[in-house]
This record gives sequence, structure tokens and C-alpha cells, in this order.
Amino acid sequence: MEATVGEQERILASPWGGGTNPFGTSWGKFMMWVFIVSDALTFAGFIVAYGFMRATAPAWPAQDEVFSMGLITFMTFALISSSCVMAIAVGAAPQGRRSEAVKYLWLTILGGTIFLGSQAYEWAHFIDEGYRPWFNPVMPEVPQFPAAFYVMTGFHGFHVFTGLVLLLYTVIRAHMGKYTGDRVEIAGLYWHFIDVVWVFIFAFFYLL
Amino acid sequence: MTTHDEHAHPELGFWRKYIFSTDHKIIGIQYIITAMAMAVVGGVLSMLMRLQLGWPGTLWPSLENIFPTGFAGGVMEPGFYLSLVTMHGTIMVFFLFTAVLTGGFGNFLIPLQIGARDMAFPLLNALSYWTFLLSCITILGALFATGGPPLGGWTAYAPLSAVPAMGPGQGDGMTLWIVAIALFTASGLMGGLNYVTTLLTMRTKGMSMMRLPLTQWALFITAILGTLAFPVLLAAGILLTFDRIGGTSFFVPAGLFLADGTLIDHSGGHPLLWQHLFWFFGHPEVYIVLLPAMGIASDILSTFARKPIFSYKMMVYSMSAIAFLSFIVWGHHMFLSGMNPLLGSLFTLTTLLIAIPSAVKTFNWIGTILGARIQFTVPMLFALGFVSTFISGGLSGIFLGTSASDIAMHDTYFVVGHFHLVMAVAPLFAAFAGIYFWFPKMFGRMMNMTAGKVHFWISFVGVNCVFMTMHASGVAGHLRRIYDPTQYAFLEPVYGMNQFISISAFVLGAAQILFLVNFFASIWFGPKASVNPWNATTLEWTVPSPPGHGNFGPELPVVERWAFDYSVPGAKEDFVMQTEAPARVESS
Repeated sequence: MEATVGEQERILASPWGGGTNPFGTSWGKFMMWVFIVSDALTFAGFIVAYGFMRATAPAWPAQDEVFSMGLITFMTFALISSSCVMAIAVGAAPQGRRSEAVKYLWLTILGGTIFLGSQAYEWAHFIDEGYRPWFNPVMPEVPQFPAAFYVMTGFHGFHVFTGLVLLLYTVIRAHMGKYTGDRVEIAGLYWHFIDVVWVFIFAFFYLL
Repeated sequence: MTTHDEHAHPELGFWRKYIFSTDHKIIGIQYIITAMAMAVVGGVLSMLMRLQLGWPGTLWPSLENIFPTGFAGGVMEPGFYLSLVTMHGTIMVFFLFTAVLTGGFGNFLIPLQIGARDMAFPLLNALSYWTFLLSCITILGALFATGGPPLGGWTAYAPLSAVPAMGPGQGDGMTLWIVAIALFTASGLMGGLNYVTTLLTMRTKGMSMMRLPLTQWALFITAILGTLAFPVLLAAGILLTFDRIGGTSFFVPAGLFLADGTLIDHSGGHPLLWQHLFWFFGHPEVYIVLLPAMGIASDILSTFARKPIFSYKMMVYSMSAIAFLSFIVWGHHMFLSGMNPLLGSLFTLTTLLIAIPSAVKTFNWIGTILGARIQFTVPMLFALGFVSTFISGGLSGIFLGTSASDIAMHDTYFVVGHFHLVMAVAPLFAAFAGIYFWFPKMFGRMMNMTAGKVHFWISFVGVNCVFMTMHASGVAGHLRRIYDPTQYAFLEPVYGMNQFISISAFVLGAAQILFLVNFFASIWFGPKASVNPWNATTLEWTVPSPPGHGNFGPELPVVERWAFDYSVPGAKEDFVMQTEAPARVESS
């Protein structure tokens, strides 16, 4: 591989030739992407484990008899709507439309809070009915059902909670005028990710 | 983000400069020294194991003073032996190899070799080290936990690991184990995010991906493997924690009895699930350890063969292929755990496919040194040792990757010999090669090369005596985790082998003291190193030894060529630095 002047010119002209970020993003945003891939694998671990347990379980409860599907649909709707308004905030932020971005960020937080509140209600209800991580009052032969429920929705709820903290931080910074469109976008990426994960949990745990 | 006006900053005090530093070089050295301390612990544990296996049941009254419970009555307790196995494996896999190769060399080398001033997020980098240190302390704490250290093996197989009442060390000791691994995962994630981001976005002008030194390619692929594999272990660890403290039954089936006859109140779980999740992480982990070793060895072989690396592109492609394949072979650890034979054949197929890229790499290494006038420096000796042990260990892997022959070999010392050669000794040799090679850049002084040569030859002969012999005793049927081989009459022919292995291991262990003394003495008393003591071509050899804060001068270097321009016809010397512009002769 003999070094030539021509090769050097070609490399310097290429976005991958060094001296510049080939993705044209900030490091923070790129890092968030890598983190999301990594975190997705953690959720994948849970979902696969859940699938394994369900496949080996002697029976599995019918979800619509256990859960109020209306509530689940409502909270799913709230979360997906929050993702939509987040997208508007992300669109407005880099163009300097600050008040619009702030408004939609607050709406996102509202959607996330509704979701988390509904989840808390669902958990309280579930616990009231006697479901414990180690005990299923309706089908005692499958304690894995409440266990998977608590772990999967709990871990996801924890992510929603951290997402809300991140959004609050972003919106407060925005109010202080110390905000960049990039920060909003990074928070947005995380929020959309949480949303996508919920779609998988909703599909695999509640619907299938 | 570091800018060059930081050169004007006043010197930082000792604590900020060497302890709470965000400088990638210091963090790298911190990783290396911490990992060395952990290696000493892990090594001592293995020496104790060899003591027991060589002379089972012997009285060691002096050891009773150090381990009052482990050597109660002067004889090693069976449970203590199992704890040694567990802690040795855990410490070596995570806290030595993963830490020294990715944490140590990754931090030290990535910015230096790609022409960056520091990592993308220096603070996150420092946090990664401190989290790692915390996890080291936690795992060492497991050694002193109530009830003793965990004894379920480094794989923490359920249900042994999932029920605290299963054994004395499975209570607090196992809990600390899980916490330590979770912290390690977090630390690895922070490091991995930094490595991937830095490598992709912070290369200096002219440093295209295909001009990266192979060490950098290896670290890049390793970082990707880490960010994909560790989260699955984290998920498994969380489920395991729920089983242990939340009373769930993810991994615990119904109808299990404790040793005292108590029925465990769990039902419906499946121990196989743990194995699947663990090995989905566990096999990529092998390559998280091996790939950086391959990269380091490739660069060092080329440097001291004074020849370009043979087939750079195939090296990159084969590393990528190995990384991809490593995610679809985990079942070969579970051939005897209950697996559909058809699935077993599939896993055999994917496993044996790894032999192809591995062989490509091996032939390329041989091609690199073929016909070369090799400079047998200490780093080169260790790099050659890496290739040698990788081949020996890799070949015995073929027998284990094939489900039919694995059924006979499984859980014997054949397995122990195999994986020690291929994923313990080989990476260890590459790490030694790297330390001897980059020591001048780390501390500005050279290590003693005579001591280094003695270290190499004792180590090289030692590891072959230890682990090659284990292959033989394994074929003779010596089981892997047994505490006392004299309990089995059919093992009588291998008692002698066991003593031979033990004595070789003690000599091998003693040789490492030589290395440690050499390392620490050279930091203060070694001869001063020049900027480029090995006449190597990569960017770190263009800056002073050790490099100042910010690595490069006011201007970042511009890379003009790949990293392997050795013995270029017509060049003044037998190496051309990566920063040297090609002659302005119009290419024909």
C-alpha cells in the first residue's frame, strides 16, 4: 500500500478521512445513539427471558382478563402522543423557536407523567389483587407471570422516570436561556427510544 | 473537550494530575496498575488451587493462620476450593483481561494513536475508572463476606446462584459478586461509549478508518462487542437478583431440595434460561478479551519484523467476522445442558466457522514474519508467544466446538487447558507485549530487557507445561472442578501429572514477580526512553515520552499514510512515520 499524493487528497476530501465527524452530529448525540443500542439489548434480554419463560410455562393467563385493556390503551396513547409532541419540540429547537420548543417540551412531560401515573395506578391495582413477584393468586402454577410483569414494566417505568428527569432538566435549562437545539434532540432521542421499547412490551406482554 | 490553549495552564498538583485525573493516559495507567493488583490476587488464588490439586489433603498449618475457615484444621475445605475456582475465574476474566486490554490499552492508546487530544468525554472516562475501582473493591469484599466467597463458578450458574440458601458462599458473597459485575458493566458501558465515539469522530486529518493501526480496529470492534454483550449480562443479573431477594422464580425450577432436605419454595423457572443469557454475553466476552490482544500482537509483529502487516484489509474483515460470529455460537457452552441435537449441530457449524477468520489471522501473522529479519525484542517475543498459544489453544477448541467430541471432553481438564491457553495466556502475553512495548511512552523510561527475556522464557515454557499437560489429564478423564482427585481411583495415573502442573505453575507464578519488580523499578530507575525507541511508525511515537497533557503540540498531526510502512524501498530508514508526506513524485 504505497502512499501517494493522490490517495492523500482523496482521503482528506472524504468525510471519513479524519479531522471531522463523519456523521456531522455532536459527540453527545452520537453517544446517545450508541447508548440506545446498548440499552435496547438490556430490554431485549428481558423480552427474550420473558418469551422463554412463557414458552416453558404450563399455562399463561389471558391478559385481557387480568388487565384493564382500556387503561393500557390509554397510557400507550399518552406515551405515543408525548413522543409526537417531542418531535415538534425537536423540530422547533434548532431553528431558535424557543417558546414553541419549551411549550412542547412541557406537553411531553405531561404525557410522560400521565403514563407514569397510569402505571402507578395499574401497579397499585395489581398489588391489591394479590399479585406478588413470587405469587400469582389466580394461576398459582405460573408465578412467572407477575414476576415478568413487575420486572419488565418496572424497568421500563424506571426509564420513563429518568427520561422525565432528563426532560425537566432540559426544559429548565431552556427557561434559563441556556439551551441548545442539540440538547433537546438528545433528550428527544432517549424519549423516542423509551416509546419504542414500550411498543414492544405492549405488543409482546399485553397483546400476544 | 481539550483545546490547545490548555498547554498554557499551570502544572496541576499531584492529586489532580495522577489520582483524580481526566487525562486518558493517566486513566489508562490507572487501569493497568489496578488490573495488575487484581491479577496478583487472582494468581495467588490459582496457586492455592494448585496446592490442593497437587497434594490433596496435605496439612498446611501455616495457611490455617491466614485462612482460619478455608484451612480449618490445616487442610483445605472443599467449599473453600470451589470459592477459589469461582473467584479466580471472575477476577481474571473481568478484572484482569477485560480491564487491562480495553480499559488500560484502550484509554492509553486510542487518543494517542488516532491523533486526538483526549477522549470525547474525559469526565465520563474518569467516572468509568472509578466505577471500575469500586467494582474491584466489591469483588474483593466478596472474599471476606459472611459465609465466605461465592462458590458457583465464574459463570454463576443457576439455581446454585439463584438461591442464597444453596451454600455458605451463595448468600452475601454471591450478592457482592452480582453487585461487582453490575458495577463493572456500568463502567464498561461508559468506557465503550467513549471508545466508539472517540474512534469514529475524533480521528485527526488523514486518519481514515483504513489507516488505523490494527490495535485501534481491534479496540473499536471490542467496544462495539462490549456495548452489545454486557447489557444482556446486566439483564440476566437483574433477573438473578430478583430470584435471590424478590422471591421470583426466573431460574429456579420446582421441587429443588437443599442439602439439609428443605424443599425450596420456588416453581416454574428454568436454569437453562440463565445459561442462555449468560453465554450470549459470555462468548462475545471471550472476544472482548481476545480482539485487543490480536490487534496489539499484529502491530508489534509488524514493527519488529520490519515488514508491513500481511493483508491489512483481511485482518480488519476477519476481526469483524469473528465479532459477528461470536454472537451466534453461545450454544457450544451448553451441549451437555440439554439441547436438541439438531440445534447442537447448528451451533457446531457456527462455532467451526470461527476457525476460518481465526485461521486467516494466523496465516497473516505468519505471513508477516515470514522471511523477515526479526528483531527479537521482549515485546516481539511476547507477541510471538501470543501467536503460538493462540494456535495451540485454538486447535484444541475444535474438539470442544464439535458437539460429538465435546460430550466426551466436557467438564474435564481438556476444557481448562484449552480456554486457559486461548483466552487467558494468549491475551496475557499480548498484554505483556503491549506493556513492554508502550512502557517507554507511558513512563518515559525503558524496562529492563534482560529481565524481560527471562520473564518471557520462563512464562512461555511454564504455560505450556501447565496447560498442555492439562489437555492430557483431561483426556484421561480428570474432571474440572473436583476438589480431591484422589477420591477417584481411575485418576490414579494422573496424580503425577497434577504435581508436575502444580510445580510448573509455581515457577510460572514466581516469574511474574520478576515482571512486577521490573515494572515498578523501571518507572523510577529505568534508562530514559527516546521519543521513538522501537522505530515504529504510529502517531504516539511522534510525541515526547511521556506525552504532555493534550498529547500533541499546538497543531494536531496530519496523517499521510497507513501505519505499516516498514522497509519501504527507497526510504531513508526502514520505517516511515505515519505523518511523513509521500514524495511529490507524480505517481506513474
